[in-house]
Amino acid sequence: MKKFLNSTDDFLKESLQGFGAAHQDIITCHYDPNFIIRSEATKKGKVAIISGGGSGHEPMHGGFVGYGMLDAACPGFVFSSPSPDQMIAASEKVEGGAGVLFIVKNYSGDIMNFQMASEMMTGASETVLTNDDVAVEDSSFTTGRRGVAATIVVEKIVGSLAESGGSLKECKSLGDKVNRNSGSMGVALSSCIVPAAGKPTFELGPDEMEFGVGIHGEPGRRRDKVQPAQEITNKLLEAIIEDLKLEKNDEILLFVNGMGGTPLTELYLLYDNAKKTLDNKNIKITRSLVGNYCTSLEMQGASITLTKLDQELKKHWDSPVHTAAMRWGL
Amino acid sequence: MSNDFLIKNAKEIQVVIDNNAPEIEKLDQEIGDGDHIFNVQRGIKLVIELEPIIKHLSMSKALNQIAMKILSGIGGSSGALFGTLFMTMAKVSNIDNGVDYKKAINMFADGVEAVKQRGKADVGEKTMMDVLIPVANCLKQGVEKKKDLKDLMREAIEEAEKGMISTKDLLATKGRASFLGERSKGHIDPGARTSQLMIRTVCMSILNT
Repeated sequence: MKKFLNSTDDFLKESLQGFGAAHQDIITCHYDPNFIIRSEATKKGKVAIISGGGSGHEPMHGGFVGYGMLDAACPGFVFSSPSPDQMIAASEKVEGGAGVLFIVKNYSGDIMNFQMASEMMTGASETVLTNDDVAVEDSSFTTGRRGVAATIVVEKIVGSLAESGGSLKECKSLGDKVNRNSGSMGVALSSCIVPAAGKPTFELGPDEMEFGVGIHGEPGRRRDKVQPAQEITNKLLEAIIEDLKLEKNDEILLFVNGMGGTPLTELYLLYDNAKKTLDNKNIKITRSLVGNYCTSLEMQGASITLTKLDQELKKHWDSPVHTAAMRWGL
Repeated sequence: MSNDFLIKNAKEIQVVIDNNAPEIEKLDQEIGDGDHIFNVQRGIKLVIELEPIIKHLSMSKALNQIAMKILSGIGGSSGALFGTLFMTMAKVSNIDNGVDYKKAINMFADGVEAVKQRGKADVGEKTMMDVLIPVANCLKQGVEKKKDLKDLMREAIEEAEKGMISTKDLLATKGRASFLGERSKGHIDPGARTSQLMIRTVCMSILNT
């Protein structure tokens, strides 16, 4: 294993300390229990938006704490859900009298820990569960689809509504709508190494790719031979378009997300390939996002997320945001 | 059952888990993300470190301390599920005036039921519940039939082993392995394996006293 680290035990702490120091104009990190909040207190009467999940997906979620997006983020250990004490401590700091909205990715661990936090908390709370990964077959008998990169779209749009005075109920309902309107699928060209494990989570041959991969280095649905980018892009888009039942003239956000180990050069190439295919289908790209936002440590790979847009979603996507990882309109 | 019993068993479990760590890690890399063993090892270490604090506490307070430590110290599904197990055991009435084996079995069975609710997983879904539920049922029935404690421990060890092995051919429908679909078949569930090892360790320690 080659990584920048001193000891695996301090890996997370040192990273969080660096994040806190680098962005002290926007956020403040608290330790034991670990959580990140805005440096400027959440204004009274505003719904507090809190997300969290395992570490290793940076900048998600700490990088999205700030004006127009999250009020707090709770980082767990690498690829492991945060614990209820973190969510409770964060809630106590940012609750502004209008309740707490948790944005939770659909993984058993995250669901259980956020649920325990809601049960142990005194104030009002609601939860938006994201499950945009179309690679996983959905069924009422299973854990179901994973929450992946669209979680960021949900956080941005709901964060904007909360900032403009939306109620807890309205924020929850808009979050659910963004999630319903979004679909994602990813592909990995390499595995990733969890620091404590010290070796790759799975082995991929030099000519292989993992199709429909998640964001924890867990294997995907299928292992294929590496194909030209245009073919990979088309397969990802096909699955998402079918899931969202997109039709011509539909307006969408095209979000090409890097998993951490793929250069922006290649992500923009994927964007180009996706645009060609979407143009051919007359699906209108009216908003775009390209970059490493929902990562999987050093995994080489990318995911594509499409979110079907309407006036309301576009308005909240465009509104000002000022976080460590996303800034515009200010 | 006493606080000393809890600590002594935690220490024995630590040795057994450490000895089997490479195997458990491999199981998790096949159908999970490879972090299960580290979570379990971290949790056990944290519980053992509680020794000076819980030594003189009542049973319910000791179990609650263990629950909170596991919850915050492990995180993830394991933290929530094992935390729920101990939190529920702590809530069983009248445990501060001595716990005989019948009461201990009731505590364990209540705990397993709560874990089942928390994780919404039942037998047959390729999780640790394939070990915990059959063992809890076997122990409860054994108490009703007034079976000899040592016979009961031997039966529990067998049930745990059977449950663990049964996960091999199951299709995962809960937890992270469920994302693999058919590819989850053919591998023993790592959570089932660690649970089975823990149960065997505790039962063996009772058999050897």
